[in-house]
Amino acid sequence: MSSELMTWLIPLPPLLAFFLIVLFTNRSKGLSHTVAIVAIAASWAMSWMIFFRTLEVEHFGQAVIENWVPWLPFGSEEVGTEALAMGVLVDPLTSVTLFFVSLTCFMIFVYSVGYGNWGKPRDLRHDLPGNPPHNGIEPLYSRFFAFLSLFAFGMLLLCVADNLVLLFVGWEIMGLCSYLLIGFWYARQYESPHQITPRQAAVKAFMTTRVGDVLMLLGIVYLYAQTGTLSFREIMYAHEGEMLTKLAATPSYIVGLSVAGLAGLLLFAGAVGKSAQFPLHMWLPDAMEGPTPVSAMIHAATMVSAGVYAMIRLFPLLSAGWHHGDPLTAPMWAMAFIGAFTALFAATIAVAQNDVKKVLAYSTISQLGYMIAALGVGAYIAAAFHLVTHAFFKALLFLGSGSVIHGVEHGMHHAHAEGLDPQDMRNMGGLRAKMPLTFWTFLIGGLALAGFPFVTAGFWSKDAILGGAWEGGYVVVFVTLAATAFLTAFYTMRQISLTFLGEPRTQAAEHASESDPIFRWMLFALVVLAFFAVTAGWAGIPESFPGLGGLPHALGFTANWFHEFVGGALLEHPPAEAFDVVPLATSLVVALGGLLLGWWVYRDIRAGARDPLEAPLGPIYTLLKNKYYLDTGKYRDEATGEYRDNLYQFLFVRPTIWLSETLVSAVVDRGLIDGTLHLIGRVALRLGDIFRNYFDAPVVNGFGDLVAEVVKRFGRNFRVIQTGKVQQYLIVVMAIVIALGVVMFMPGLGR
Amino acid sequence: MNFPFLSVITFTPAVASLLILMMPGERKTEVRATALAAGIFATLLAVYVYLAYDQSLGGYQFVEKFAWVPQFGISYHVGVDGMSAPLVLLTAVVMLTGVLISWGIDDRPREFFAFLFILATGVFGVFVALDLFGLFFFYEIAVFPMYLLIAIWGWQVTREYAAMKLTLYLFIGSVFSLVGALAMYYVSGLGTFDMLALEKANFSVEFQRFWFPIVFFGFAVLGGIFPFHSWSPDGHVAAPTAVSMFHAGVLMKLGAFASLRVGIMLLPEGARFHMPWIVLLTVVNVVYGSFIAMVQKDMKYMIGFSSVSHMGLVAMAFTTLNRVGYVGAGMQMFSHGVMTALFFACVGMIYDRAHTRLMPELGGMSKKMPFVAVAFIIGGFTSMGMPGLSGFAAELPIFLGVWNARAADVVREYPAWLQWVAAMAQTPWYFPTIAVVSAIAIVVTAAYVLRAVQRVFFGEISHDHDHHVGDVTVLDKVALAILCAFMIGIGVYPAVMATLVDTGVTPILKLLGVA
Amino acid sequence: MDFIIDHLLSLILFIPVAGAVIITLLPKDQVGAIRWVALITTLFPLGLSLVLWTRFDSHAAGFQFVEQAPWFTVINSSYHLGVDGISVVMILLTAILMPLAVLFSFSITEKVKAYMALFLLLGTGMFGVFMTLDLILFFLFWEAGLIPMYFLINIWGSANRQYASFKFFIYTMAGSLGLLLAIQTIGITLGSFDMLNAIEKWPTFAGAIYGIPATTIRAAAFWAFTIAFAIKVPVWPFHTWLPDAHTEAPTAGSMILAGVLLKLGAYGFLRLVLPLYPAEAKFYAGALAFLALMAIVAGALASFGQTDFKRLVAYSSVGHMGFVVLGIAVAAVARDSEIFKGHAIMAANGAVLQMFNHGLSSAGMFLLVGVIYDRTHTRNLNDFGGLFPLAPVYGGILIFTSMASLGLPGLNGFVSEFMVVRGAWPVYTVITAIGMLGLLMTGAYILKGIQKVLHGPVNQRWAGHRLEISRREVIAIAPLLALMLVIGVWPAWLVSVINAAITRMMG
Repeated sequence: MSSELMTWLIPLPPLLAFFLIVLFTNRSKGLSHTVAIVAIAASWAMSWMIFFRTLEVEHFGQAVIENWVPWLPFGSEEVGTEALAMGVLVDPLTSVTLFFVSLTCFMIFVYSVGYGNWGKPRDLRHDLPGNPPHNGIEPLYSRFFAFLSLFAFGMLLLCVADNLVLLFVGWEIMGLCSYLLIGFWYARQYESPHQITPRQAAVKAFMTTRVGDVLMLLGIVYLYAQTGTLSFREIMYAHEGEMLTKLAATPSYIVGLSVAGLAGLLLFAGAVGKSAQFPLHMWLPDAMEGPTPVSAMIHAATMVSAGVYAMIRLFPLLSAGWHHGDPLTAPMWAMAFIGAFTALFAATIAVAQNDVKKVLAYSTISQLGYMIAALGVGAYIAAAFHLVTHAFFKALLFLGSGSVIHGVEHGMHHAHAEGLDPQDMRNMGGLRAKMPLTFWTFLIGGLALAGFPFVTAGFWSKDAILGGAWEGGYVVVFVTLAATAFLTAFYTMRQISLTFLGEPRTQAAEHASESDPIFRWMLFALVVLAFFAVTAGWAGIPESFPGLGGLPHALGFTANWFHEFVGGALLEHPPAEAFDVVPLATSLVVALGGLLLGWWVYRDIRAGARDPLEAPLGPIYTLLKNKYYLDTGKYRDEATGEYRDNLYQFLFVRPTIWLSETLVSAVVDRGLIDGTLHLIGRVALRLGDIFRNYFDAPVVNGFGDLVAEVVKRFGRNFRVIQTGKVQQYLIVVMAIVIALGVVMFMPGLGR
Repeated sequence: MNFPFLSVITFTPAVASLLILMMPGERKTEVRATALAAGIFATLLAVYVYLAYDQSLGGYQFVEKFAWVPQFGISYHVGVDGMSAPLVLLTAVVMLTGVLISWGIDDRPREFFAFLFILATGVFGVFVALDLFGLFFFYEIAVFPMYLLIAIWGWQVTREYAAMKLTLYLFIGSVFSLVGALAMYYVSGLGTFDMLALEKANFSVEFQRFWFPIVFFGFAVLGGIFPFHSWSPDGHVAAPTAVSMFHAGVLMKLGAFASLRVGIMLLPEGARFHMPWIVLLTVVNVVYGSFIAMVQKDMKYMIGFSSVSHMGLVAMAFTTLNRVGYVGAGMQMFSHGVMTALFFACVGMIYDRAHTRLMPELGGMSKKMPFVAVAFIIGGFTSMGMPGLSGFAAELPIFLGVWNARAADVVREYPAWLQWVAAMAQTPWYFPTIAVVSAIAIVVTAAYVLRAVQRVFFGEISHDHDHHVGDVTVLDKVALAILCAFMIGIGVYPAVMATLVDTGVTPILKLLGVA
Repeated sequence: MDFIIDHLLSLILFIPVAGAVIITLLPKDQVGAIRWVALITTLFPLGLSLVLWTRFDSHAAGFQFVEQAPWFTVINSSYHLGVDGISVVMILLTAILMPLAVLFSFSITEKVKAYMALFLLLGTGMFGVFMTLDLILFFLFWEAGLIPMYFLINIWGSANRQYASFKFFIYTMAGSLGLLLAIQTIGITLGSFDMLNAIEKWPTFAGAIYGIPATTIRAAAFWAFTIAFAIKVPVWPFHTWLPDAHTEAPTAGSMILAGVLLKLGAYGFLRLVLPLYPAEAKFYAGALAFLALMAIVAGALASFGQTDFKRLVAYSSVGHMGFVVLGIAVAAVARDSEIFKGHAIMAANGAVLQMFNHGLSSAGMFLLVGVIYDRTHTRNLNDFGGLFPLAPVYGGILIFTSMASLGLPGLNGFVSEFMVVRGAWPVYTVITAIGMLGLLMTGAYILKGIQKVLHGPVNQRWAGHRLEISRREVIAIAPLLALMLVIGVWPAWLVSVINAAITRMMG
């Protein structure tokens, strides 16, 4: 099968699966997950075939796989317009993305089988559709796999898209799926009316990302209007990227911004929403309301990565007119700033979270900020590299946490300790012994996230980013990211300690286990991902790195293969940065320091103990715990115990509601416009009334009656004959006739 | 073509009424049968005349002429042209339907039909008369029975007053026109009442200017022109159903037609001189009538004033003095005739069963008499000029005519106190403005028609109506169906009438010197 | 066969009338027969319009399937029919929606006979507007469509139907009064009501009319046309009749009202305003664009502010049609500029496609609202919630349709909105940018609808009821869903036809 055709086919199986499940197999759960898994496996297989094929190609960057068809005809040759084309493109970046996306997706599918309690009987008594199952199989099992499949379709489509529209299509389909999946337990209710429910979280996620999306749409439209095409190759690569130089040269509507700059900013806004960058970050933690595989799907393999992927894909545009050493372009500056800020900002929040998934959520935001910042400072390859490694270890962590939650829930049922939150790390502890396999895999993921030196993938990618920032001389970014790295290591270790180390703090933790058959599916996924969480990093060991740098070469691989391969995606292959001791030392210190500190502070927390940081940090801790109040909804004021509006709620949500319910609907439409209409109606009626009662009746009619009266009198006075009125009138008539007749013969009149 | 179609049509009702009078009063069925037979017969002939009229020739056809009172130059001279042929048909149709829906009349049906048919004869006569004296003769015949019909069979509450008022207005009006006619007779010096002759009498400009208003308004009173319209709503309200149908459907056309035939055609110069100010009155008719109709509670009053409004359009069309306008006038006369006849028929049916015409007291009638509801709604949409119905086909040309109309320069010679009109009339936007203003009436009409439909036929039906009101008879339905058929037919394919009327307009324009 | 081809338009136009006549002849109590006759009658125009679609040559210039016959000769108005790419698309839309609406109307139980007859007449009115080439005839069908709709609302509507139907009728009629007068002016000035003749002569007509410079008259006439169409579309601030009419109308009535009747206004803009008043349209395009913007934003906001499910959907129409008008405004201002022509074409294409798409999605949405209303007899969003488990299939369809209406890429709505925005951005940058608020809020109210209806814990109030959508209703909406997907994935088949016509129109 030709690579072009295969590329076209990669996204299709999951879509097919989606329709199959929705329309036909949804009654049979087993059939449904089989269909879904077979489909994703097919995509996985094709993706890897493409990947390995591309490895064969020399200088693949120059000989990409591309293929397209005219999609939207408009105008004609005479008016000098051409149809919009849709097509697929595989270049080095796509290739590696497909590699990890397809794999993680597949693993997530497999994991979901276990997570959905496959093999257990349907518990009709407790489990209602739209609620998380207690101990039976997920009531909407089939639907879950349908949505997952659609989600996978969206991501794969986005990967192979050769133009912005198709990318946007995949982008939005994922938006829909995240909405559907976050709100998967749409019926869920909590005691506190202020705790966000899955359905609210779903809406929140969709709307927040949509803010970015509409701006991105504008960016797309702007580019299209300017260039007449949306194909990545044509805009960014054709004719040595002359179009980019043109775009970078043409001024835009906003003074001091080139077209490339404005379009870039608009497109970046999309990524800010999708990749949960500040200030549109707050949807992501709440997205944790969804089932855990969904969290993995959204935060590791697909959606959030999509934002970064798009930015990497568009890097030539965003950096149009920029060369190493030049001042940053507007979009790059924005990325560097927002990325770095988000990285630190989210990391600080993560420190004060107790929900095992929330911690990971904030760490995701922070890590994405890392990548964005990397792009901002021009560390293209480093960003791509971190995207890949992060996908593996973050998927691993999420799935691991899911396994933990399942284990604890299992323990809850066993100990009949209902009603306590199975996601709260304060209820855990000592799971190392109860769930060993989960522990080890989670540990690997954690270390990778923390950037544990030399072995883990996270170390190499982070090091690359820090190196890039340092080499470019962007000290502020470098420092910020370093601090972030330290915090990352710290909260990661905090999480591991609270969850697995020490003694069990609750009965549930006491009875937690991973022995249940459903865990087989999950653990399999964990192990595979753990493998990549380590090895993926080795593909990008800088050649200049003392000792290890030459190792791959020695073993017969390309040295710093990732750099070689993905770098080929750019027109000018970025130079391999020279080795520098400062970033290396920094990443070593922060990683190990953070881990140690985290272990030291949290190594042994007793049940019911307060967080050791609470006392020393004081108000800051509260601030972090409440996410700087930058959120919609309400927060709980510890002092008074009452709920207050968060900042976004006060600034955006409430005004919108007032605007739509009060101003537009009530005041303007019902009051102003309808009021005017009704007024016109009333005026018309009144007018008729006046005509009738003040003119027609008195004047016109009155005149008539008057004449009648006169005539009557006339008739009465000459009582000639008394035979009723008509005769009288006839008399009168005749009289008048004669009179006038006489008048007629008087000469001159009327002549 | 020797068979005297027109005379036969004209005198059929008269003969019928004689027959009826000869019958014994209690033989109601025979009376009705005779009446019906006469109605059908007249209608068939009228249809034949309408169809057989040769449009390629135009002019007066089916002409019959013989001396009557030769020493005064009075002859019996009848004939139809494109203008009158539709009106003859209209009269026949209204007569027929009138008979059909009066089937139920129990109070002295013999006299009722007799008088009604005398009236019919008069109307026919006026439409076909080509002799001035004949025209007046028939005119008075048409007007006279009105009094008795209303005074005897009318609505107890106001019949005395209304009958008196109506007769008074119409007689006085006709007296003025009569005087005018006599004036023409003497002044022309031709010693004949034959209108075809008088058309060529080329009266002096002063004469025409002096007598035109007298003649025109004398007849226009019967056409319900402002400010002489107030007899008409009262008359409608008081009259029994069939009479209202005749009255609004035909008699008012009589006025309009006569004012055209005698006023405009014999005194064209006067028309050219006076129309520019008369048009202002017609605007009042149109707009003011519709507004008043909107605030009426009594259905008959509402329809009465809407007639005022619609007849105003006819008069307005007369003032345009151009082809398309006059075509509109001809069609509007027919369209409005059918329409109001239908309206009054419906109201009568409702009144006979619900014993009230007050819209607030009515409601939900569509449940009881769906057929009437449909008919009334069709009529309603016709009256609001809804495209696809005869109302639109008639009003559109009228408006076009008004857009096109130009005031003759002679308006400069208006007396001082009318100079302000002259000043306006000379501007090119005078008539267009009038078109725009009178267009308001269309919306107002829509408003009151819809409200009437809403209140009477939909909404909640009152309890005792629910029990006592029943559906209408087959004959009623037939009558309504006939009327609706005309409205829809003309609306969908206006050419069936427009071209015919057009042939009638040509000679008028010749007389006016604008063709 | 030749006869059919030669009189294709007339057949499409009058077969519904024939059906209506047949129905009136059927006995009242033969409800089943009446329904089936109505359904079958609507299938004929569908079949014929498919023939039309296949036989229509989008590359040939000018109007096709032209029929002309004398009609109202005295005023030089003739029975003149013909179609181009735009009208073909609209006819297709109408023909598709009619049978579905009738099929859904099978649930009507009172006065079925009158209902079906009126419904078929309504069809004729709409077809007529899309195919006539004579101004008077255009007006005739334009108004004729009002009558059946008035009664559909007035007789089969819900609680506040009298107010709504009256408002709808009088408002539209008052609006079209100006249209009528303007048409008369044109007819008198040019001596004929033929559309093609008018399009050729009217824009360049010089000299005084009624002593007023032709340019002034044209400007006035332009506004007369514009307001008449703006009310129908409806453009803010002439839109307030719409929520009332929709809310009170029976479901099928709303389907047609939103699906087709609103398009009449937009079609009027494309067919008459742009060709007859190029200069004026260009001059006033900014104002039009602004009103469109208001429609987009205010419509979306108001929609979000509703608690009545049907009102919510109704207001969404205001917003969506706003994009159509925006596209038209762009086409008006940019059509003859060398640089912007491409954008104008894109925008106009988008506008027409948006008309078609909105026809599908709004009809679908109203159908779904009707389904739930038939079962619960409430439209209040706060009475719903947690219906998903009770009606899973319905829920799925609702989400799908909502997403189409939301403009989710991959479904039809996105393509047209993308085209309009793409065309508008370079021309009306700021307006387009602000318009994005509308798109944002679209998401908000759509999700509000879904959440309030489907999500939440199982609603005990409806627990007992059978809420699931019936097979007949699924059949009625399935074609719409299919089309939404097909157009979303492969719009070329539709756009190529539209585009050919638009490109030719832009010269």
